[in-house]
Amino acid sequence: MYYSELMKHKGRNVYMVSGGVTKFAKATPEMDFRLRVKKAFDYAMNDVHLTLNDIDGSVASYFADHFQRQLMSGIMVQDYLGLTPKPSKRVEGGGATGGLAFQTGYEEIASGRMDTCAVYGFETMSHVNTWKGNEFIALASDTNFDYPVGGFYTGYYAMMAVRHMHEFGTTVEQLAKVSVKNHKNAIHNPYAQSPMNLTVSDVRNSPMVAYPLTRLDVCTMSDGAAVSILASEEKAFEITDRPVLIKSIGTGTDTMRLSDRPMGKVPLLPNEKESDYSKLKYPGVHSFRAGRTAAKEAYDGAGITDPIEELDLIELHDAYTSSEIQTYEDLGLCKYGEGGKFIEEGKSELKGKIPVNPSGGLLASGHPVGATGIMQSVFMFWQLQRTVKKHFKDDYLQLNNPKRGLIHSHAGTGTYVTATIMEAVK
Amino acid sequence: MTINPNAKMEETQNGTEVYSIDPLIVKSHYEIDYIHSYAQDSEFFRALGKKKIMGSKCKKCGYTYATPRSHCMMCGAETEWYQLPNTGKVHTFTTCYFGSEEFLKETPFNLIMVEFENVDSLFMARLIGADLDDLYIGMPVTAKFRRNQKFSPTDVYFVPVAQPDKKKRR
Repeated sequence: MYYSELMKHKGRNVYMVSGGVTKFAKATPEMDFRLRVKKAFDYAMNDVHLTLNDIDGSVASYFADHFQRQLMSGIMVQDYLGLTPKPSKRVEGGGATGGLAFQTGYEEIASGRMDTCAVYGFETMSHVNTWKGNEFIALASDTNFDYPVGGFYTGYYAMMAVRHMHEFGTTVEQLAKVSVKNHKNAIHNPYAQSPMNLTVSDVRNSPMVAYPLTRLDVCTMSDGAAVSILASEEKAFEITDRPVLIKSIGTGTDTMRLSDRPMGKVPLLPNEKESDYSKLKYPGVHSFRAGRTAAKEAYDGAGITDPIEELDLIELHDAYTSSEIQTYEDLGLCKYGEGGKFIEEGKSELKGKIPVNPSGGLLASGHPVGATGIMQSVFMFWQLQRTVKKHFKDDYLQLNNPKRGLIHSHAGTGTYVTATIMEAVK
Repeated sequence: MTINPNAKMEETQNGTEVYSIDPLIVKSHYEIDYIHSYAQDSEFFRALGKKKIMGSKCKKCGYTYATPRSHCMMCGAETEWYQLPNTGKVHTFTTCYFGSEEFLKETPFNLIMVEFENVDSLFMARLIGADLDDLYIGMPVTAKFRRNQKFSPTDVYFVPVAQPDKKKRR
C-alpha cells in the first residue's frame, strides 16, 4: 500500500545511456584514482559521442578516506574530469556505496534537477597491504563494540554463514559452487581481476580465512573505477537509440551491530506466504533484512510479483560466496532456506534458470568498493543493450535477448542494501 | 629587515623510503592518538571491571538488549541498564585464521555470538579454551573477565562450561 502510493509520485523516467569500466586489478600504481575515473568516463562519453557540455552534474561514489589518506577525493575527480563548476556530491554507504550513488544519480534525473548525470565510482585499495586494508574496512563496524572483538569482516560473515548452515542445512560445497561459477564466468570478462577455472575442492582446499570461508570464498582488494551516465527520457533517446530504462529502485537498512538484529517475522514478497516461515526467527544473523526490504520496494515499483519468472539476470553483491546464497533468498528467487539448493541445482549458472553474476561478480571481477556498484550497472547495461560483444570483444557471456535485470549492492553485514531494476527498451 | 634573498630551507638526513622509481612510490607514515569518549555507553565498560555485563532494557516496551543502547530501536523510548547473566549459549561461531593487521598476531581466534536466556538480542565476544572442532551452536559458555581492565569490550570473554559428557555437534 505504502509503496504503491509512493509510485504515484515517482517522478520522471530515468535511463542509463552509457557506461565505462577500468580493468580491476590488485594494484595499478601507474594511475591515480583521478586518471582511472577519467579512463572509464572517456570510454562512456566516447561510446555515445558526448562532450562535457552535455553533462549537467555528477555523483561521486567512493567508500574510504583512509585508503589514500585523502579527504574530498570526490572534488579532485570532478576537477580532473573538467566537470567543475557543475553540481556534484559524494555518496557513501560502505560496500553499498556504488548502489546508493547510482540511485542518487537516478534521483537527480527523476526529480527534474538534471537531464544528464554522470555517476563515477572509484577506490584505490593498493596503497596499504591487505591486512591493513582489512583493518580499514573493519572500521566500518562499530568501533566501540565490534571492531575491538573481531575487527574482521570475513569473521562477521563467517558467523552469519555458520548460522545459515545451522538453520537451513546449507553446505560448504554449496558455498564453493558459487565461487566456481563466478570465477568461471569471469574468464570471458576482460575487465575481471581474477578469472579462474576452479573445482569445488580447489575452493575448499584453499587456505581457511574464517571458518567456513576459504580464500576463494572471499573477494579481493582492488584498484578500479566505473562510470554510468544517466539521462531523462527526452535526452536519453537523443543520445542513443538503445538506452536502458531504470524501472525502479529499492533500499533497505539494518542495525550496525549484528548482535542487535531482531528475531521477528519475514517481510513477505508476493510469491510467499506466512506459513512458509512459521518457525523462522528473522532476520537473526542468518539473513539480510535490508536486502529483503530493498527487493520489496524495487519489485513493488516495477510491478514484479514473481521475481524468478520476471527477471532475466542479476548482478549481485557476492563479496562472500555465502552472501550470494543468502541474497538469492532475500531477492525471493527461492524461499529462505533454499539458497544452497538453488546453486546446487545450477539455477544461477550462466545457462541456468536465471543467470546470477554472469560478469563474475565481486568474487572474480574484483571489489574496488566505490566502483563496484557502478560496475554492476555497466555490465547490466551492456547485457540489456545486447552490446557485450562490442565491449568484451567476446560474446560468450551475452544472454539471449534479456529484457529485465536487477543489480544489488550491499554494505557490511547487510547494513545498507540497494536493489535496482533495469529494463531493455528494444 | 626580514627580506633575505639567500634564505635556504634546512636540509635533514631523514630521507624517504622509496619502493619504486617509475611510477614513483614512496612510504608515507600516519599515526594518531584519539581522545575517545564512550559517552552514554561508559557504564558498560566500567561494569566489566565489576564482572558484570550490562545490557539495556526498554522502559516502555520492555525489549531487552544484550548490548548497551540508551534508546530502544523498537519504540524509540529510553532504556535502562540491565544486568545480563554471565552464562549463555553459542548462537553462532567462527574461527579466524587471518584478520586485520591489529589482530593478526592473535590468530587463530574464535568469535562467537552469545544468546542469553530471556534476552531479545545477542552479544559478540571472543571464546577461548576451545578449538574450531569443539565449537557447536547451543554450546554453553560462561563469561570471564580480565583482571587488568583495558576498557575494551574484550575485558569480557567466554570459555566453555565444563560438562561431564561433552557432546560434539556440528
